[in-house]
Amino acid sequence: MTPPAVLVVGAGPAGLSAAHELARSGVGPVVVAERESAAGGVPRHCDHTGFGLQDLRRPLSGPAYARLLARRAEGAGARILLRTTVADVDQDGAVTLIGPDGITTVRPRAVLLATGARERPRAARLVPGDRPAGVFTTGQLQQWVLLRDLPVGRRAVVVGAEHVAYSAVLTLRRAGVATVAMVTDLPRHQTVPVFATVTRVGLRVPLRTSSRVVGLHGTGRLEAVDVEDLVTGGVDRLEADTVVFTGDWVPDHDLARRSGVALDRSTRGPRTDVAGRTTRPGVLAAGNLVHPGETAGLAALAGRETARRLATTWSDRPDSPSPGAASGLAVGVSGALRSVVPALVDPADPPHRLLLRTGTFGPGRLVVARQGGAVVGSHRLRHATPHRSLSVPGTLVAAADPAAGPLELSLI
Amino acid sequence: MIAADRHGYDVAVVGAGVVGCAIARRLTLDGASVVVLDRAPDVGDGTSKANTAILHTGFDTVPGTLESRLVARGHRLLADYAESTGIAVERTGALLVAWDDEQEAALPGLLARAEANGYGDALLVDAAEVRRGEPHLGPGARAGLLVPGEWVVDPWSVSLAFATEAVTAGAELRLSTPVTGVDRSGGGHEVRVPGGVIRARWLVNAAGLGADLVDRMLDRADFTVTPRRGQLLVFDKAARTLLTHILLPVPTERSKGVLVSPTTWGNVLLGPTAEDLDDRTDTATTTAGLELLLGAGGRILPALVDEEVTAAYAGLRAATEHRDYQIRCHPDLAYVTVGGIRSTGLTASPAIAEHVAGLLSDAGARWEGVPVAPTPPTMPPLGENQVRPMRDPVRIASDPDYGTALCHCEQVSRGEVRDACRSLVPATGLGGVRRRTRAMNGRCQGFWCGAEVVATVAEETGTDPAVLTRTTA
Repeated sequence: MTPPAVLVVGAGPAGLSAAHELARSGVGPVVVAERESAAGGVPRHCDHTGFGLQDLRRPLSGPAYARLLARRAEGAGARILLRTTVADVDQDGAVTLIGPDGITTVRPRAVLLATGARERPRAARLVPGDRPAGVFTTGQLQQWVLLRDLPVGRRAVVVGAEHVAYSAVLTLRRAGVATVAMVTDLPRHQTVPVFATVTRVGLRVPLRTSSRVVGLHGTGRLEAVDVEDLVTGGVDRLEADTVVFTGDWVPDHDLARRSGVALDRSTRGPRTDVAGRTTRPGVLAAGNLVHPGETAGLAALAGRETARRLATTWSDRPDSPSPGAASGLAVGVSGALRSVVPALVDPADPPHRLLLRTGTFGPGRLVVARQGGAVVGSHRLRHATPHRSLSVPGTLVAAADPAAGPLELSLI
Repeated sequence: MIAADRHGYDVAVVGAGVVGCAIARRLTLDGASVVVLDRAPDVGDGTSKANTAILHTGFDTVPGTLESRLVARGHRLLADYAESTGIAVERTGALLVAWDDEQEAALPGLLARAEANGYGDALLVDAAEVRRGEPHLGPGARAGLLVPGEWVVDPWSVSLAFATEAVTAGAELRLSTPVTGVDRSGGGHEVRVPGGVIRARWLVNAAGLGADLVDRMLDRADFTVTPRRGQLLVFDKAARTLLTHILLPVPTERSKGVLVSPTTWGNVLLGPTAEDLDDRTDTATTTAGLELLLGAGGRILPALVDEEVTAAYAGLRAATEHRDYQIRCHPDLAYVTVGGIRSTGLTASPAIAEHVAGLLSDAGARWEGVPVAPTPPTMPPLGENQVRPMRDPVRIASDPDYGTALCHCEQVSRGEVRDACRSLVPATGLGGVRRRTRAMNGRCQGFWCGAEVVATVAEETGTDPAVLTRTTA
């Protein structure tokens, strides 16, 4: 294989968008390693529309969006290797690839990790009870139904009430499964009002707020789900043969961690700067690996921005050096805010946007950036909803002093 | 009538757990014609599948007991067997950590007990040595007892290897075959199963949690089984770097404590709880149980509880009112009971098999066939420290399916799942595939691979996916 200038790990929206941008910029050979048998990532099995609005300015179904991103990357000259697992990124920069044709080693000048995120499964949520069949995450369910046409069940409980939970309800409906309840531990849903209303009124799916699943029953197949009302303490047993655990995204950071990349405590993804550089020189990261649970479009835009910054650096340097380690002013969160990406910023060259997450509705919608107690910027959000993408312009941090202490963002 | 012929078998073994499979292997190699019966659809599907996977030295057993002798012998036999079959073993050693005065005071007694059990390699270590050996331990470790011979083993492959070797040597394995009754007939037995009876001259009861029920079928009441539930948490492989040894609690009058242990798959195990139950089927985890484990785990190894939990499960140990194994031969009934085999049974299983073969011989049992030489099967390399097919260029070159990932978290290839469905003791369901390959046992629990694994297993076994997903077995 021609030694790639950049090896992109993962052909999801972030990886494909980065590969497209890099290949277009003429940085040299761009190779995308994808462990699945088709490129596109999670949108491949999301059969609803709305994909592409943020990055391509047109609405597409998930599978169509996945195909288009792959076609664009290949059209620009990137090479996508399917059924190819990136096993290791060694300390000396050698990358081991495993596929049906064997085990090969490549030495790219940069590795871009875009391995995405997955939903936390039942066990990791510590939901007690039996271990019956019929327990899904949305990703598993959607592959089950849309890629493999496997039978699901008849009556489902959906855990979660963010966007992806509503997507799960639609997939279940398509598979002929009635959703008997949605369950969220928060006081209200976390999606756009129209989805919530259509599902509750149109599809007659009741939403149990301030509630959580406290037990599964069934020795072979799932038979019932215990749902506790967090306000009253009462427990209802709902008959169901299927339960779908949605959302609660965790980065697929295994390769990143094993490659020696430091993780951010709040996102559990790699700590990156505006250029997508990690704590390990030569290794970049972008997309849902860095900030899990974003839309495909935001992941794609993050991949594109990382690629643009790398291409710009290299266009100034004919020797195209391996990227250095992440650097910049540390940004943290306090109060209701749970995370911010990127973790390191340069006030003189701020990112296009900062991505935030909040743990509660409110208290307010004003994001304030402070440095040493002094306010250096603020931005009013349209909403402050848990489990939703919150985006603020990177200019929020432009007035910070790069030589002073860390920045802290809060929501008031 | 579904007996092999009018005369039937030399021996019917009830129970295809690790003990039943070990006995079936031993007796078949000795020349007996053997049938193994189990209600479950797979071997090792009861108590044998949910244990702590430790290869015990028997250092802390009660000296002079049958258990003490069989565990010590079993350690040698199973370590050798694992070596010859390629079953993963990691020679981690164990460290008992004392956290208070009472526990520290108990250590010399445990050392003396180890020596009384014939185990001479245990060693008292001070706080500094404990800390040096396990730098991630929580604050307050006072002293320890090092037991270098305590290792971890892949528990699922043991039952499977014994069963495979038994079948290779001519044993008949009848799964999904519950025993509903036993009638004496002539000098032998007629074992009632759905659709008929199976004749055998000798009956060996290795029914684990159901051993006392089988005992009652022969009008015996040697013991009563009290299911003791043990809940366990399996942590993400990222936690594996947090410990070197199996971290054992120091048992005291007040508490038995929980252990933290590496697994051969590269994870970390925390548990078990010990809850006496009435229900022989209740393998549910509970909020209280999981909280107890997380609390204890956080004190032993604080960084552990920051890592993701990959799996939570519960196993039932077949505890009895007796402290020792209950292995008895009743020559007049042509019957051997093998009951009360506690968590040490995985280690002891090959020694239990030898012991049972000896009891049968002493009772005058003679087999129709001639002894055959052991032919240990080559088991798939499932250990994290072994060369897995996806890391083996020769295997991939021989068959590209070994380089085609099916389960990414556990790096399981399509070829391995296929092999598991086509082996001599094949997987018939998803649980069997999990235990034979590790597929779907990883951190994503099927988020990425679930649909593809189910589709592959359905195709390989010719089973309707709707049937496959009716149960986790």
